[in-house]
Amino acid sequence: MSIWEYANPKKFMETSSIALPWAAAGALLCLLVGLVWGFFFTPDDYKQGSTVKIIYLHVPSALMAINAWLMMLVASLIWLVRRHHVSALAAKAAGPVGLTFTLVALVTGAVWGQPMWGTWWAWDPRLTSFLILALFYLGYIALWQAIENPDTAADLTSVLCIVGSVFAVLSRYAVNFWNQGLHQGASLSLDKEENVADVFYFPLLVCIGGFVLLFLTLVLLRTRTEIRVRRVQALLARERMA
Amino acid sequence: MIALLLRDLRLALRAGGGFGLGLAFFLLVAVLVPLGVGPEPATLARIAPGILWVGALLACLLSLDRIFALDHEDGSLDLLATAPIPLEGVVAVKAAAHWIVTGLPLTLVSPLLGLLMNLPPDGYPLLLASLAIGTPALSVIGTFGAALTVGLKRGGLLLSLLVLPLYVPTLVFGAEAVRRGAAGMDVATPFLLLGGITAGVAALLPFASAAAVRINLR
Amino acid sequence: MMPDLGKYAFSVLTAYGASLALLGALVVLSLWRGARVRRLLRDVERRQGRTDG
Repeated sequence: MSIWEYANPKKFMETSSIALPWAAAGALLCLLVGLVWGFFFTPDDYKQGSTVKIIYLHVPSALMAINAWLMMLVASLIWLVRRHHVSALAAKAAGPVGLTFTLVALVTGAVWGQPMWGTWWAWDPRLTSFLILALFYLGYIALWQAIENPDTAADLTSVLCIVGSVFAVLSRYAVNFWNQGLHQGASLSLDKEENVADVFYFPLLVCIGGFVLLFLTLVLLRTRTEIRVRRVQALLARERMA
Repeated sequence: MIALLLRDLRLALRAGGGFGLGLAFFLLVAVLVPLGVGPEPATLARIAPGILWVGALLACLLSLDRIFALDHEDGSLDLLATAPIPLEGVVAVKAAAHWIVTGLPLTLVSPLLGLLMNLPPDGYPLLLASLAIGTPALSVIGTFGAALTVGLKRGGLLLSLLVLPLYVPTLVFGAEAVRRGAAGMDVATPFLLLGGITAGVAALLPFASAAAVRINLR
Repeated sequence: MMPDLGKYAFSVLTAYGASLALLGALVVLSLWRGARVRRLLRDVERRQGRTDG
């Protein structure tokens, strides 16, 4: 028994069909509890007023936007090294999900920035690097769309993902160097001083759990779709041959 | 490899297009921006480094799809892939040829355009130096983008989408070097970082580009 | 039941609305495409007389 057994598409379909409802239910539950708790039952911040409630969407989506790229990187490496098709398809499935999370983080950030910083958009390092991250996602998705041969597409997007990761990190430091930011520091560091207060912290944790499960659900769902697409193509090809 | 470099250069010169086109585009940017922004010298001087860098970057982007496209069409890319020199070397030579045809002339005419953009006098040597150090990175990164899209019919727009985010660090450090220099600040840090990017990219990216070409030829 | 959002009500509601709309769109699109592909696969398999996998 090893983890690579799940690289078999059939095994993956069996396992994921059991896991998917649980992940979906968990995501729904966590998001419902976390967002309702955050929206209705937390006090306003003395400085930010009620806009502090946006944190329950902003922080988890930003966190998962970066983690989604990391997951794509790992899946791409697995595809390049071990040639497991499920891995490549999972990376493909994660792309649009990551892009959406990035957009959510950008939109919520802009809406929060308007009353707090007096502007929808500032060329702050964190904001700018998120915009660049969105561009990386767009390029990655577009490359998947453009190439017809599935194996070539998987190979090339994997190479792009790896090179892109290096450049994404580089860009992060470049924009840091380029402009000092308005954005506050880490809201989740273990350092108590920097952290947000407990009243906001616990619902935030629930929301983060919800976003993680939502990501898992969507990736499983979309990977299953991709596997089915691949099977339809294979069957149709066989039909044409016969 | 030198023979290959000479061949690429000769082809680029004879085909004409890419060579003059990039330069003409660069010139157009430098003419159009003042028309759009307004003629006040102070404003132009402030945005000159950024505009010139963005112009150079876009001009470079224009000719990227030609790096592999012609060789792919007539099959000489397949021959190069099976040639005794490693494909990584071929890719590096292609990037070098692209730089000599676009990056180098851009660098050389940039002071002239700096004049049009009313760049402060201190900025000229820095502009020249930062473009000379930075444009090779643009060519090498661009070659990687071109390698990813070799086999595609309509790769042009996709190529821009793939390459532009990768250009961000080079652009930031390049323009920052000139801006800081024009403002009389210390320029060693951006220059070192820019040089670091160019060196690192030139050393490592040809491997990724060669891998992409191999995948596309498979 | 609605908490008093004070003068920032517009911002907070926009942020929640936009985010939930984006996420909702992603979920609906994924489900819709999943259902379509599943139907397509079933049709193809039935036509070819295969039921495995």
